Amino acid sequence: MSNVLFDVPGPKARLRYRGYAVVGIVVVVAFIAYIGWRFYDSGQFTARKWEWLEYAQVQSDLANAVLQTLEAFAAAAVLALIFGAVFAAGRLSDHAWIRGIAGFVVEFFRAIPALILMFLFYFGLPTVGVPTTPFLGVVFGLTLYNGSVLAEVFRAGIQSLPKGQSEAAYALGMRKTQVMFLVLLPQAIRAMLPTIISQLVVLLKDTALGFIITFQELLYYARYIGSQGTFGRPIVPSTIVATGIYVAMCLLLTALATYLERRNRRSKKVLGTPPTAVQEAVAASA
Amino acid sequence: MNVLLDNLDLFGPFFLRTIELFVLSAVGSLIWGTILAMLRVSPVPVFRAVGTAYVTIARNTPLTLVFAFFVFAYPLLDIVKVDYFPAAVIALTVYTSAFICEVVRSGINTVPVGQAEAGRALGLTFGQILGQVVLPQALRSVVPPLISTLIALLKNTTIAAGFSVAEAGAIRSYLSERGENQLVGLLWVALGFIILVAVLSFVQRSLEKRWSVAR
Repeated sequence: MSNVLFDVPGPKARLRYRGYAVVGIVVVVAFIAYIGWRFYDSGQFTARKWEWLEYAQVQSDLANAVLQTLEAFAAAAVLALIFGAVFAAGRLSDHAWIRGIAGFVVEFFRAIPALILMFLFYFGLPTVGVPTTPFLGVVFGLTLYNGSVLAEVFRAGIQSLPKGQSEAAYALGMRKTQVMFLVLLPQAIRAMLPTIISQLVVLLKDTALGFIITFQELLYYARYIGSQGTFGRPIVPSTIVATGIYVAMCLLLTALATYLERRNRRSKKVLGTPPTAVQEAVAASA
Repeated sequence: MNVLLDNLDLFGPFFLRTIELFVLSAVGSLIWGTILAMLRVSPVPVFRAVGTAYVTIARNTPLTLVFAFFVFAYPLLDIVKVDYFPAAVIALTVYTSAFICEVVRSGINTVPVGQAEAGRALGLTFGQILGQVVLPQALRSVVPPLISTLIALLKNTTIAAGFSVAEAGAIRSYLSERGENQLVGLLWVALGFIILVAVLSFVQRSLEKRWSVAR
């Protein structure tokens, strides 16, 4: 394996690398052992701190909290995809005023932190007499933020399509709207699918922001269980369990993205997108 | 306008705190992210595995959860006491460095192998090749995604408001104590972030223009 930093190692280098590997393993094991010892020493591994997981009520409440997270994710994901498609089409419109409005909306919501958007919906709307719930605050905050990021992703996808696609569609007598929604967007969505899904991973993770506006999702429940004196305040174990669930959910979504990417690469129907456009869109979503 | 002018004593220091949080975490994640990237491209499989495991876990954990761990759970482990503000810097660094790592790594991959081979042929040491040939080219080619990651970091600093750090995201709760209009206050906070993001985008564009590598 030769890359820009290292040559294929010779016999001496291989020996040296083996030395580094040993040192590396020792350092990592020492670090993990230290953390493990701190956990053990502060009593995080005692049975009392973990027995909450055995209660049927706790289990069903935990499942319920995961369900709340997934509900907020599903609602926000669908709305964000619609928002993104509409505003991507708007930014590519032939009318300057539609382009202007769509561009302003997308840039506006991309620059505001998702949490501030949630605050605006949850704390701001009631001051003008509109009743809201934490769920709606989370869903709308995530929709506006991720929707505007997705709008840029869709736009990069559409702009990467060859001109012949829309020309052919116009030649068949389609209207502008038909060309956009029947020919260009479906191809752009397929080509950008991996990027779109990584943005959905961001959206899934951001549902945990709902904890701050008292939306009772997974993190909220982990914090609640962690503060229960009856179980010996198991905040460390409950944080570990919550992390495991979040990482598992996100990895499942990421695995889907990888699978789709591999399938796309095999089929010749999907046109490749320029890597820089994709890369920028992904980085922007971090 | 009154909400802003009457509470300048809130907006000023709190936004400064945000900028402080941003700068410290940005420096931290750039350093730690570059080290992680070097681990991930190193010829030693153990280092690569460690880097990959770190990045995979950090990228798939919600930042709010990282914050929750450092603020609620970490103090119970009795290691070193950290205050809320340093805890926020650590949480942001732990999370953002995983993204920085991926950006830097993709940058290293854009440098043609011939560049380093030429360096070796000239007799440069590994440190010289890395510091004078590869990294300068790699960093220049990733300015746009790097700054996009930093913009995301800037926006993520607001999460610290949920964990007792007095930065821009926390302005709302102080305004509500003073009985001010929260909607208007939040719109001013939003405007503040739009300005900060615009400044970073401007830096991005000018660096891109000045530093672009002709390949």
